[in-house]
Amino acid sequence: MPKNANEIESETEPTRRSFLNSLWIILGGVALAEFVAVAFAFLRPPKSKALKEKAETIVTAGAVERFTPNSVTAFVRGKFYLARLEDGGFLALSRTCTHLGCTLPWIEKDMKFACPCHGSTFDITGNVIDPPASRALNIYPIIIENNMIKVDARKPIKRSTFRVEQVTYPKKKA
Amino acid sequence: MTRGGITLLQRIRYSIFPGMLSKPKDREGYRNFFNSLILHFRPRSVQERTLRISLTWGLGGMAVVLVFMMFATGLMLKFVYQPVPDRAYDSVIHLQNNVLFGQLIRNIHHWGGNALLIIVFLHFLRVFFSGAFYPPRQFNWIIGLAMFLAVLTSNITGYLLPWDQLAFWAITICTGMLEYIPGIGEWLQSLIRGGSDIGPATLSIFFALHTPVIPACLLILMPFHFWRVRKAGGLVVPRTPDEDPGSRGDSVPTIPNLILREVVVAVVLIAVIMVAAVIFNAPLGAKANPGLSPNPTKAPWYFAGIQELLLHFHPLFALFIIPVLMLIGLVSIPYIRYQTETAGVWFASHRGRRMAQVAALTAVIILPIGIIADEFVIDFAAWMPNMSPVVRNGILPAAFVLAGVIVFYWLVKKKYAATNNESIQSVFVLLVVAFTILTITGIWFRGVGMALMWPWEVSNLTP
Repeated sequence: MPKNANEIESETEPTRRSFLNSLWIILGGVALAEFVAVAFAFLRPPKSKALKEKAETIVTAGAVERFTPNSVTAFVRGKFYLARLEDGGFLALSRTCTHLGCTLPWIEKDMKFACPCHGSTFDITGNVIDPPASRALNIYPIIIENNMIKVDARKPIKRSTFRVEQVTYPKKKA
Repeated sequence: MTRGGITLLQRIRYSIFPGMLSKPKDREGYRNFFNSLILHFRPRSVQERTLRISLTWGLGGMAVVLVFMMFATGLMLKFVYQPVPDRAYDSVIHLQNNVLFGQLIRNIHHWGGNALLIIVFLHFLRVFFSGAFYPPRQFNWIIGLAMFLAVLTSNITGYLLPWDQLAFWAITICTGMLEYIPGIGEWLQSLIRGGSDIGPATLSIFFALHTPVIPACLLILMPFHFWRVRKAGGLVVPRTPDEDPGSRGDSVPTIPNLILREVVVAVVLIAVIMVAAVIFNAPLGAKANPGLSPNPTKAPWYFAGIQELLLHFHPLFALFIIPVLMLIGLVSIPYIRYQTETAGVWFASHRGRRMAQVAALTAVIILPIGIIADEFVIDFAAWMPNMSPVVRNGILPAAFVLAGVIVFYWLVKKKYAATNNESIQSVFVLLVVAFTILTITGIWFRGVGMALMWPWEVSNLTP
């Protein structure tokens, strides 16, 4: 493509026209960037904290004695399972499979969580028995006050595998 | 009412069609008017050979017809559908039971949308195998891929809208897949879900994407695509392998030669979709229940291949690395330096055809063996318990597959002394057939707990 005299001139030394042209382009770019930023800010999901604090999400599960050792109880409202391990400790396990987010049923007779979607299974501590899931179930913090178990179901805690520190034990009665 | 011998009705008619005043008021006049309208969109003449149905199979035209069919039926559905979780399912029930032709319109939209995805995929295969991606058509291949992704996104977002169990859990899985994208996965997932779980925000977002955003993208990209076809001098001219690439046949007028064929394809397609919509109802399960995943929960059929990959590979590979590699491969197809130009020759050459058959046969033999072996024999988790899952279920099998593909490439290249056009084509055939087999397995051979079973056993499960 043959270049006209103006373009050739602008390549060699800046003229007022080429300066103003590039100024327009820069300003246009800034305006575009602003619109894009506004669009992104608009589309960004609201902070989960702000939403969750409104909701009543500390679930009172019940008295410690209600739960027999080596049992799992479902809490639909908090979307978690309360597991009492054999040694009497408590774990609040998320009911969401860590593979792709299906909801896990507790299979009482096999003593495991079995995912209906891709066949992952988890034991009572939330550890993976069968893949494709690659990490243990999320847990929620447990508070035991006056022999009552409360579960803070606001924010799940991610973990790769079960460790003893994650278990909450009721205080031994003196 | 009359002035100068013209009735009011005639005056209105002439105001709409001014050309009729100056021209003889016979059939020729009408024809000229409409022909000049059509010729604003279509070239005046086309290469006679490009009219052969064995070049295009009418696939591009079918895609256009289906897109406009989706616009029309989608607009109608919008009058009844309510995009709120509490109301969405009930509004679909209301549509089906109380609205005249409601079920029919939903069926047309459902089957048409699925057909569109198949048609654009076949169109993509036709463009590849007839060599219609060489310069100057390189960039049009990219536009086509973009539209393919748009149609795919449209299908996914539309899948959630009925808010039944099928929709809810399929989308749970699909958006769950995003979590495995390194770095931005969780952010992207919460952006698309509008929060951490699937809920009202997700439905709003999907509805917004499905109803204005993607149709608008398609409306912009489609004319761009067609304009590039015209800029390339029309469709690729088909020729036999032995023919000289420079030879061009006769041109014939677009009207009636091309237009008539297009109308026939459109009418037949519309008839087929209508008949399908009358006979088969679009599926609708029970209302979505976030607390109960049905067993088995399957992704939409077009993701069954990816879901099948998930059973064999670590999610990082099945959901991110393999699809990204596939996409990079597809984008780079028109930009590879080829040894010969085979535009217009089906499967590049006689040798190319033979190599494509060998590749297809290889995939048909190896894939089922591999799937069955992985189900019953191979168990990396038990053999290598101390290795990290990313290595033993990801890097290891992926490297194995990649090595297999490379070995295949070199073997066919050596054995047939082929050009890189033909060898790359045979790898393409291998991968497409492999993916098709994965998809078929995912749809028809996976039952409870994603165990392998026969199709009749699987169909017994679904109520």
